[in-house]
Amino acid sequence: MIGEYLENLVNLVDAYYLQIFVNIGIAIIMALGLNLVTGVTGQLSLGHAAFMSIGAFTGAILTIKLGMPFSLNLICSGLMAALCGVVIGFPILRLSGDYLAIATLGFAEILKVILLNLDITNRALGLSVPLPHTPIPLPIYVWLTVLLVLAAMVLIQNSRFGRALRAIREDEIAAETMGVNTTLYKIQAFAIGAFTAGLGGCLYAHFIAYINPSDFGFSKSVDILNMVVLGGLGSIPGSVLGATLLTTAPEFLRFMERYRMMVYGALLVFLMIFRPNGLLGGVSIRKLVCKALGIKPGPRKPWHRISTRKAGG
Amino acid sequence: MFWQQLINGIALGSTYALIALGYTMVYGIIQLINFAHGEIYMVGAFAALVLVTVFKMSIFLAMVLAMVVCLLLGVIIEFVAYRPLRRSSRLSALISAIGVSTFLSTLVLLIFGADAKGFPDDVFPVVQMRIGAAEVSSLQLLIIGVSALLMLGLEFIVHHTKIGKAMRATSQDYTTAALMGVNVNLVISFTFALGSALAAAGGVLVGIYFNAVSFNMGLMAGLKAFAAAVLGGIGSIPGAMLGGVVLGVVEVLGVAAGYSSYKDAIAFAILVAVLMIKPTGLLGQKIQKKV
Amino acid sequence: MMPLLTMERVSVRFGGLVAVNQLDLEVRQGEILALIGPNGAGKSTVFNLITGIYRPTEGTIRFRGEIINDKHPHEIAARGISRTFQTIHLFNELPVFENVLIGAHTQGKSGFLGALGGFLPVKRREERALADLARECLALVQLDCKVDELAKNLSYGEQRRLEIARALAVRPRLLLLDEPAAGMNPQEKKELMDLIRKIQVSGITILVVEHDMKFVMGLSDRIAVLDYGAKIAEGLPEEIRSNPAVIEAYLGKGVSGQC
Repeated sequence: MIGEYLENLVNLVDAYYLQIFVNIGIAIIMALGLNLVTGVTGQLSLGHAAFMSIGAFTGAILTIKLGMPFSLNLICSGLMAALCGVVIGFPILRLSGDYLAIATLGFAEILKVILLNLDITNRALGLSVPLPHTPIPLPIYVWLTVLLVLAAMVLIQNSRFGRALRAIREDEIAAETMGVNTTLYKIQAFAIGAFTAGLGGCLYAHFIAYINPSDFGFSKSVDILNMVVLGGLGSIPGSVLGATLLTTAPEFLRFMERYRMMVYGALLVFLMIFRPNGLLGGVSIRKLVCKALGIKPGPRKPWHRISTRKAGG
Repeated sequence: MFWQQLINGIALGSTYALIALGYTMVYGIIQLINFAHGEIYMVGAFAALVLVTVFKMSIFLAMVLAMVVCLLLGVIIEFVAYRPLRRSSRLSALISAIGVSTFLSTLVLLIFGADAKGFPDDVFPVVQMRIGAAEVSSLQLLIIGVSALLMLGLEFIVHHTKIGKAMRATSQDYTTAALMGVNVNLVISFTFALGSALAAAGGVLVGIYFNAVSFNMGLMAGLKAFAAAVLGGIGSIPGAMLGGVVLGVVEVLGVAAGYSSYKDAIAFAILVAVLMIKPTGLLGQKIQKKV
Repeated sequence: MMPLLTMERVSVRFGGLVAVNQLDLEVRQGEILALIGPNGAGKSTVFNLITGIYRPTEGTIRFRGEIINDKHPHEIAARGISRTFQTIHLFNELPVFENVLIGAHTQGKSGFLGALGGFLPVKRREERALADLARECLALVQLDCKVDELAKNLSYGEQRRLEIARALAVRPRLLLLDEPAAGMNPQEKKELMDLIRKIQVSGITILVVEHDMKFVMGLSDRIAVLDYGAKIAEGLPEEIRSNPAVIEAYLGKGVSGQC
């Protein structure tokens, strides 16, 4: 059986490292989703963890009540979060800048309070999540999802859709005047961000096996924001790096675990002042690779431009 | 019953108003949501707690000193975390503010631990009084009285002093005020000082009222006060006072009506509703976006 | 022949201020129409009304016969009206080429799902077409050597030209230019005039707001004059030059009395 084979493969890895590995994967999924909303589209969201909680509770309930196959469950959790993203995003995405940030935060807090009061989420006690219904081990699921989300984000960034999102970030009025339906695009970006957060939440719930609405509060949202900002707003490699660094840092810095959040806070201020574009913001990975290989990087040619001359005659 | 809840609401709302004033003044001048403002309020409460329990000061003296401590803290935060970013995007400044907020709450957590602390029982003599059908405690009167006094003081500063005039000029138009010879840096520092001192007073009053001071009290109170500022119309000083009191009353009435487990959601529901229906709030001015 | 754009008795008020008052304006197919007037006469407001950023309080705006009063800016762009801005509104942190590619937004169709299928031949063909269009527009304004530069790093004159290239990538029928010559030296102004004529020859109708009278007189087929939000004169350049109402609006009553 392939499931058994994979299971054995995963069991080869030390449990401690496996856990870190999975946490990194989930963090990357979360960071990539927020990066699309905040980094690419420029809409600061302070409620990303709320969509994670939607995914987590949807996933947990589907497994508990319906015993749904995990891959289907994962998609349903993502869709549920995306639906919430649309419902919340529709009224508030008209707001700009700080007002939007505060509204996302407000909705996230309202959602947390609601989840803390529903019977189906077991109120403040939280839910224990049974093992998912799948032969494939969860760590592999997590990293397959990471790869899919990563691929989707790269494709989005290099498309007409992604350009429209960047245009909104740079100048909303100009974007609208150039024919970009900014409301629609912002809602789509918000929904996609929520969808990925839902995926992350569902994976998280089944991996950690216990979830509580309080786990997905403001500080969780700030954690994710930190990853995106550290890596560089709008940069996909940056989000991956930021998520990886901030997930592994506490493991390396055990001695300073108590100071972790304090360091994070200071880090945000420091980054904004001295490196507002994050570690990888404005850094071209392509140029770095060229440099490493000793090739002189030519003018940037996106792959769709390479054969134009011949086609045009 | 209603009158009782109304008084409870006004007492709670006055503290929201004290915090909301800081948000609204800072926003009026540099269009920044000072996310660390809630933490300043929290630090104010802790400062007074230390002064009362360790140095055995009277609560009034402790409150004044706590206001001084936070006044300095506010000025320092502005200088370190916001001033270098004044020419950056608003997103950068907001993220920096979130950083300060996280930093301060964790710092206090490390020093004082996670448990809520209380003021000594004899810090302020609590006497219940009857006014008609309602009961008022001396503590509630203290809260309402101190808040009213501070707000009157603020009104005086803003409308009848030179620095107040400079503040109003700067909030109208930052660049023009600077060109007209207003020392904008000083005005901004002064605004942070004023707002932080008021927040500290709010923190001390709330600390005595609920007899609980904890490292995470700033987040929720700060967010609610921000909601109050938005409700009243961000940038408007009377708006923040009105918004705070309205929010406090609505919250207390909501709890009395049996929605106590949704207490924290009430403020945010109001916030979101205001943002969607009338983003300029009750007393705010309409802003026409210029292209 | 039906005019390309008509404004009939259009007014817009902001609170108590009447920014545009009962304006009748006609833009004819193929012409260069200049809109002039003293500062604060409401010229940029007219642009914002046509492009849907403001909505008229009363009156109708028709484009090719269709009423576009309540259309959103992006819907108006899709119908073939594009513009430049008085204060430059480029996508500053993006490369020149991408600025223009975003201008070509209305010429493509792929949305989110299209993005996920970005590797499919049909999507690559669409992207190639957009890139060709963008390159064409950049060549026209002579910025094709700066495709990889960030927009914010261009000189002022180049930024103005980039705005024109971006607006052209919308493939407009009507192009609105808001003070295109502002801040340019005589040489640049002359080149800009040639560029605008070239655009006109390619079949695009142009409505231009400009303060430089020499520029306006040398360029436009017709001129309309606004003052306090109302049209006070309209006609050929030589008619406008000698119109007493126009002179009065620009120089004040006393002067016109002496003339």
